[in-house]
Amino acid sequence: MGLLSLAIWTPIVFGAVVLAFGKQEQAKMVRWIALIGALAGLLVTIPLYTGFQLGTSAMQFVEKASWIPRFGINYYLGVDGISFWFVPLTAFITVIVVLASWENITERVNQYMGAFLILSGLMIGVFSALDGLLFYVFFEATLIPMYLIIGIWGGPNRIYAAFKFFLYTLMGSLLTLIAILYLYTKAGSFEILAWHQLPLSMTEQTLIFFAFFAAFAVKVPMFPVHTWLPDVHVEAPTGGSAVLAAIMLKLGAYGFLRFSMPIAPDAAHKWAWLIIALSLIAVIYVGLVAIVQKDMKKLVAYSSVAHMGFVTLGFFIFNDIGVMGGIVQMIAHGFVSGAMFLCIGVLYDRVHSREIAAYGGVVNTMPKFAAFALLFAMANCGLPGTAGFIGEWMVILGATKFNFWIGVLSATALILGAAYTLWMYKRVYFGPVTNDNVRELQDIGGREFFILAVLAAAVLYMGIYPAPFTDVMGASVADLLKHVATSKL
Amino acid sequence: MIDNISWLAIYPEIVLLVMGCVITLVDLGVKSRGRTVTYILSLLTLVVVAVITGMYASAGNTFYAFGNMVVSDSMGNWLKCFAAIAMAVTLVYGRGYARDREMLRGGEYFSLSLLALLGMNVMISGNNFLIIYLGLELLTLSSYALVCLRRDNETAVEAGMKYFVLGAMASGFLLYGLSMIYGATGSLDIGEVFKAVNSGLIRHQVLVFGLVFVVAGLAFKLGVVPFHMWVPDVYQGAPTAVTIIVGGAPKLAAFAIVIRLLVDGLLPLAIDWQQMLAVLAIMSLLVGNLAAIAQTNIKRMLAYSTISQMGFVLLGLMSGVVNGNVEAATAGNAYSAAMFYVVTYVLTTLATFGVVLLLAREGFESEEIADFAGLNQRSPLYAGVMAICLFSMAGIPPLVGFYSKLAVLQALVASGSGLYIALAVFAVIMSLIGAFYYLRVVKVMYFDKPITATKVSAPLDVRAVLVVNGALVLILGIVPGGLMKLCSDAVLRALAS
Repeated sequence: MGLLSLAIWTPIVFGAVVLAFGKQEQAKMVRWIALIGALAGLLVTIPLYTGFQLGTSAMQFVEKASWIPRFGINYYLGVDGISFWFVPLTAFITVIVVLASWENITERVNQYMGAFLILSGLMIGVFSALDGLLFYVFFEATLIPMYLIIGIWGGPNRIYAAFKFFLYTLMGSLLTLIAILYLYTKAGSFEILAWHQLPLSMTEQTLIFFAFFAAFAVKVPMFPVHTWLPDVHVEAPTGGSAVLAAIMLKLGAYGFLRFSMPIAPDAAHKWAWLIIALSLIAVIYVGLVAIVQKDMKKLVAYSSVAHMGFVTLGFFIFNDIGVMGGIVQMIAHGFVSGAMFLCIGVLYDRVHSREIAAYGGVVNTMPKFAAFALLFAMANCGLPGTAGFIGEWMVILGATKFNFWIGVLSATALILGAAYTLWMYKRVYFGPVTNDNVRELQDIGGREFFILAVLAAAVLYMGIYPAPFTDVMGASVADLLKHVATSKL
Repeated sequence: MIDNISWLAIYPEIVLLVMGCVITLVDLGVKSRGRTVTYILSLLTLVVVAVITGMYASAGNTFYAFGNMVVSDSMGNWLKCFAAIAMAVTLVYGRGYARDREMLRGGEYFSLSLLALLGMNVMISGNNFLIIYLGLELLTLSSYALVCLRRDNETAVEAGMKYFVLGAMASGFLLYGLSMIYGATGSLDIGEVFKAVNSGLIRHQVLVFGLVFVVAGLAFKLGVVPFHMWVPDVYQGAPTAVTIIVGGAPKLAAFAIVIRLLVDGLLPLAIDWQQMLAVLAIMSLLVGNLAAIAQTNIKRMLAYSTISQMGFVLLGLMSGVVNGNVEAATAGNAYSAAMFYVVTYVLTTLATFGVVLLLAREGFESEEIADFAGLNQRSPLYAGVMAICLFSMAGIPPLVGFYSKLAVLQALVASGSGLYIALAVFAVIMSLIGAFYYLRVVKVMYFDKPITATKVSAPLDVRAVLVVNGALVLILGIVPGGLMKLCSDAVLRALAS
């Protein structure tokens, strides 16, 4: 069994084990098993990092076994510089989520923990699948645990949100399935790397491009199919929001890199203007929408849409700094948005409200927590020295290289991001203590301190020394751009 | 003409027939409320039949018996094997329900089930229009009686009546169509008919006229739109222990006769029946999925979902022939996709109805979707099995239902025809609509508050079979390769002969 298989199946097996402990009095044991499972999953990714060969665009840690011989479908795994970082990131966020849900989930703990562990394995599967159908299976299977997570442990309007999440994303991916089958019929195999070489006419490319676009744009989510995200975030439990923002949105962006761009390069060039336009709308318009939100989670959700707009913008300007910036932004957003949602969760656990107006002067009662929250807020608006800065800066640089005005427009995101994040921070944390709820707040305990400290360390590390992240990508991004630059017609 | 080979070909049927009679006789002396002796004997019979047919199937020989009246091939034997297993599972699930509803005052539940299975087996192995018709009638007559088994229950009797009237009409259609074809070709033997039709000397109008009636009759039996009206009524009205008999194994036999009649017998007319199947499939997907949304009764919802699932099967069946050309590879691909679809459909449906039956035994019928509220809190295991089945029917990977849809869509896309690809897109959009109503049941089970706190209890045999059944839906989803290969090998052998 290879390392990638271990990374995928360790959490899934632990998840299945956890599901077997259904009794209420076993909750404590369930938590520990889940934590051990999540930690084991994270440990497995360490040899992946130390063993990763820099400077090559080849797939690494490749595993291949026949899975469904009748259709020539293989259990085919591997990572390159583009996908590599998402494997440890997913495992890391899983540990954080398990810890963050330690006390505030009391009902059906086993199902909650099981769902997150299984989800973690499935998402690692998406990032490491090199077989088109295997990718699709992992991609779709993530819907089931997420649907249950939102629906069982979510807020009052959770059922609407769960349905909206499931049906929106299913709609996109079903069209993708047709494209995958079509590519299989053309190429005679499900291997994604073989599809990269497949000659396709312009019509075929356009249809395939949009079939993939349907799935990935919904998942990212891009304007105008982003409306499910705020609804889902508001209703999802803290852990669900964190995983959704930190990892799940990246599945879509990753799909653009792995499928849309190299398989249909001519269509990608032809329709790049559309994606760029939609990305700019996401960055500017959705940024403006974020400013007026009254609900903290909604605000961060809209900010996610805006940040993911940066990612797709970076991809479709087709230069290496833009694409790398996009990927860096994906990783950074994983840390920062995950942390933002956990911070909201910390407040919600105490006050049971996400309304900005319900707070004020939190810094007076929770100074330690407010310090962490400030760091993440700064990272969210792209302060140099934090993770958020690197990706945005690279994308803006790339965009300016591509077209000066696109660069200018995208740079407004820094202003908007600062505006909505800092204004929210001011209203929640600063000023005098306005109500009893805030007056009675307890500062964070050891467990919460640990979680936030780990995330803060990650955000700062990535912001100060991003080389380990960018080094890994160089060769693969160059190779990808070579693919995209070569016409298939 | 009646030689050893002939006897060999129908051993499973002989076992069923003899044991059916023996069980009826033995049952006269049984006094216990659950009719334990009859039950165990029936299960034993079914296991024996499954083993025999499974052995035949894996040997993979094809032989004709009784002067080409009967064929024993690997496709048919696998279908018979699955049908026997499905029937055994059905009886395990259904016995408790039937006992509580006073349906086991006599042993008819078991002997009629065995006779129904005998009918299916005859249908599956028939290589002659009359034999197929004979099997069909044996199956449907047993089913009519089964639906009316609760003599004192008005809805059940009404459902039985509807089933009988419409079923008899369908049989009439089929018989009429078959007689037209017989009149045109001068033979009832499927091989002879094929030769005659293929010669091109027969008048096309007469054949197509007959074909229309055959397809209509088959459509009735499959329960596809616009011949679907009986399906929701019978599914809902019949006692659940009978619904599972009507809705499970017979689909396997229906698939077999479609292959035997349309593919083995009337393939040269494919260009005609293909269009009919396409129209039926489109309407079934549309009506089945849309109507299912509006249902509050779970049996009715499952009935409409069956209609839409059968639409998918038809899509698989029709995609074997592209632009009038038959290539062994394409055809094998398409028919094996349809077979895989039917087999996995039966597997999933059994578990779904198994859970419905389990809840119904709590003393009330538990037919409304709302009765499933909070099942996850009461019994996470059964809620889990049900959720797996529902997600599977919605076609979400990694459950087996995804691969059955995948195989059919692949067959459509592989045809390379733009029209078929458009059909695939249509089917996909329809399954998105389908996902909605399957999800709604999951929602009720997982997100709603339970109406009672009582745990759902089940005897060991039911629990074990249900867990294995549900686990298979998941396991076959993770490793679907074996079953897919089995179906494609079986179909390819059947086509080659």
